Order: sequence, then structure tokens, then C-alpha cells
Amino acid sequence: MASLFSASLPSSDPSYSFNQAPTTASEPRQHAFYPYTDNGGSTLGISGADFTIIAGDTRSTSGYNINTRYAPKLFKIGGDGPNNENARIVLSVVGFAADGRALKERLDTVVKMYKYQHGKDISVHACAQRLSHLLYNKRFFPFYVTAILGGVDDEGKGALYSYDPVGSYEREQCRAAGAAASLIMPFLDNQVNLKNQYDPNSGPGLEKKPREAQPLPRETVEQLVKDAFTSAVERHIEVGDGLQTMIITKDGIQETYSPLKKD
Amino acid sequence: MNHLPQAWGRPRDDVYGAYNPHYLPHSHGGHQAGHPNQHTQSPIVTGTSVLAVKYNSGVVIAADNLASYGSLARFTDVHRLKVFNKKAVVGFGGDVSDMQYLDRLLLSLHVEENYAGSGDVDDKESDVALMSAKNLHTYLSKVMYKRRSEFNPLWNALLVAGLTESNEPFLASADLLGTTFSAPTLATGFGAHLAQPILRRVVPDEEASKALTREKAVEAVKECMKVLFYRDARSMNEYSIAIVDKESGVDLKLDEKLEGQSWAFADRIRGYGTQTA
Repeated sequence: MASLFSASLPSSDPSYSFNQAPTTASEPRQHAFYPYTDNGGSTLGISGADFTIIAGDTRSTSGYNINTRYAPKLFKIGGDGPNNENARIVLSVVGFAADGRALKERLDTVVKMYKYQHGKDISVHACAQRLSHLLYNKRFFPFYVTAILGGVDDEGKGALYSYDPVGSYEREQCRAAGAAASLIMPFLDNQVNLKNQYDPNSGPGLEKKPREAQPLPRETVEQLVKDAFTSAVERHIEVGDGLQTMIITKDGIQETYSPLKKD
Repeated sequence: MNHLPQAWGRPRDDVYGAYNPHYLPHSHGGHQAGHPNQHTQSPIVTGTSVLAVKYNSGVVIAADNLASYGSLARFTDVHRLKVFNKKAVVGFGGDVSDMQYLDRLLLSLHVEENYAGSGDVDDKESDVALMSAKNLHTYLSKVMYKRRSEFNPLWNALLVAGLTESNEPFLASADLLGTTFSAPTLATGFGAHLAQPILRRVVPDEEASKALTREKAVEAVKECMKVLFYRDARSMNEYSIAIVDKESGVDLKLDEKLEGQSWAFADRIRGYGTQTA
């Protein structure tokens, strides 16, 4: 009990000669149930000209324990049947895994119902807004997750949406989330959006022009994702074991798994 | 004379005043003004670790037979492995009354699921509509998640061991928060600290569990039960062990004893530092 304050405060009242005052043993104790936990892990999404890549490590933790070395954080949304065949949207959730699972199941149901009711697949844009509503619906008992949604938009461009736990969302080029987000995100700012990089031939000193960010080719992006995660694994204890990636193109979702350090 | 049967045998309101339900739980009409509705709880009578390992054709699961009341080893014959059907066994850690509630829930589920076919453990003939361990785990994890979302959790950590629909070994965990995960070896509570490292040395990954024999799996689990008895103050040397195998079904032993403990070294240890005799 960290809340028991035992040091004696200076006062004029007679006090105990020993420094710990006796406490009432049978004092009623507030024992609250806390409905959240953190299962660690990290996710990352980058959108390209005609594809989106979403990646996440597969470690699940509670405290200093590893629950399992393989617990996927990436889920295909929509498509057919329980295995989401022919799906075109990927949701990644990191934070409290039970809430993540619940959110994924709700979104998957919504997207499948959309197809039954409208006779066509939902667009990523519409799915993104619906996800925001699902999160905000639990505004006062939130899903404790950071979600990233990826797909290919109506124009065939890579689409990536990132969320906060209560549904505030934004379309972006790249986003890292979870335990190692603060380690990965600055690296992405620099390597994807070319922040703080200037064209060396564009003039002297402060007159140098910032480099313009262009959509990156797929090989480059895959390498960035790998480097981001191997770096995060080195410096964050909750990240490791395996790297699951899903690449969404107009042709479907390509899934890969590669090992990460297990220490 | 009151002719209404619901009043018979009760103290008369006109003589004793209306019954004061003040101390009763909210569900029975009692509530204290200004106090919130309370059902958050903390566990009272508890069971400690449950461990399980997947091997090439099934799963081994074990838990000791102790139900503790705080640090008092209160009940010594509590069986914390529950056989659901011949494809699934559930091991419970945490609060024992919540375990008994879940056991009743599983019994009613079992009756419902097997009304048409037969899910009897002894019935070797019929496999019709037999609920798999995977289905059962999904069901239980939804129960756990719903209860935590109502701020009224079932204070358990449970392991579901058994087989999938296609008779592959299955092992997964669910806890009071609704957190779920699956691995070739799993352990709850103290076992997560002490047994998991030992089990992971035997079975580091899925491939290793596909190569593991039944004998090796049982041996590893028994070794871990021993380590837990050495180091977990809420454990006991009598335990239950169940093996769910795709060939031979469920084999549950309820009163196993730990064997081959090593205490002989203890008489050579003297004092806490400089003492020699």
C-alpha cells in the first residue's frame, strides 16, 4: 500500500517516540477493480502511392511477463466468412488487447453488415468514419486502444487512418502507435516525410530548401518498417518476438511474418 | 388475517413496521442512500497456478487441490480442473466461488449443446455436435469480458485445454479482464513466473510442441508442479492432472502426489551468515 503515509508530521500534540504511528488494523480498505491493463507491443502504418503497409509485433505482455510470443495485433476487416477472405481493409490495435479484440469484432461485423445491406464493399473512408463512431460510442468507458486503419481508397491510393482511444482520427502518410511509438515516430517523420532534411545544393545556410516528401516505393517502405521494429526491439522491453506485416494493394492483402529478438 | 399468501409467515407490518432492506444487496431491494451500487469485489477463497502444455497429439493441464483463504490453507480437496466434454478441460485459478459459478454455467452449456448428440466423457461412439475447446474458450472469454465491462468481474484466470474441431491440440487463456492469448505452454498466477520459463525451455515454440511426446509433456508439467510447491506459499503437494488426447480422450487424475522432492541439502544450512554449528 503506497498510500499509507507513515512519517510523523511536526505538531504540538503528544506523539509516539517511534517514527511509525500504529495504524488501525481493521480499517476498511478501498479495493477497487481496475478494468484496464496494458498488453504492450507496437504497431506502425505507412501509406504509399498504391499500397498501404501495416505492421505490428506479436508479443503480448502483462507487467514483466510475456503472455505469448504470438498474439497478432493486425486484423483483416470485412471480406467473406470468419477468415475474412478477399478483405481489403486492415485494422491494427495496440494497448489493452481485450478491448482491441472487442473493437475488431465490432468493426468486422459492421463492415460485413454494410455489404449485406448495400450490396457493395465499404470504402476505407466510410469504414474509417464508422470506426471513429465505434470508439466515441464508448466515450465515457473507452476502448483502451490506439487503432490504425489501412486500405486502398476509391482512387487506388494507399489510405491510412490513425485514431486516439476515443475516436479522434486523421488520414496520414505514416503513424506509429503503442509502447514504442515515441521511438519509431520521429524516425518516420525523418525518413517518410523527410522532416529536417534540406537539399544541400539549394543555397547557403538558412536559405537551403527543405526536401519534398514523395510517396515511397514499396521496397523502401518494407525496409523502413523492418528497421523501425528492429530498433524498437533493442530499446523497448515490451516489443519483440515476431513482426507481422500486412500489405494492402488493389489486388488484396499480402501477409508476412518474420522473427524478432525474443529477449 | 391477511389472505395474501406472499405475506404468510412474515412479520406483520402493522405491528413491527415495514421490513428494512437496508443491509441487503442492491439486487434484493437494499440500497444505502448516497452510496454507489457496489459489486466490485476482491477474491476471497482462491486457487493458485494452473499450468498446461501442448504436445504432439493433445494437451496436459494441471492444478493443485488447494483453496486458500488468504494465507490459511483452508480447503485441501478442491478440484480446479473441470472436464467439459471429451474435447475440452478448463483449469481455474483465482476465486473459487466464481469458479463454481462458471462450472454451473458450463454444465448448463453442456446440457444445451449436447441435448441432441452425446458429449459424454465416457461415450466413445458419438461425436455429434461436440463443442471444441476453441469454441469453449471463445464462449468463456466473452463471459469474462462482459463481466469486466459491467465492473463485476469473475475473479479468475483460466486455461482452456483440449482440441479444435479438426482435432488439433488447443490451449488458450482468459482472465478477469477478458484478456485472451494462446501459446504452446501457458501458466497462470505464480506459474507465469516460475513454470513458464521451465516449460518454455522444453517447448520454445509450436514446432517443438508438435514434436513433443505425451510422456515428456507430463514429465515437464509434474516437474513444474514441484517447483511451484517449493516456492509458492499458496500451493500444495496434492494436485489434479488431466490429459486431453485426440486418440484416448480425457484422462483426469484428481489426487496425484508430488514425487521426488529434494530437501536433504537443508540440514547443512546453518544460520544466516557466520554461524557454523
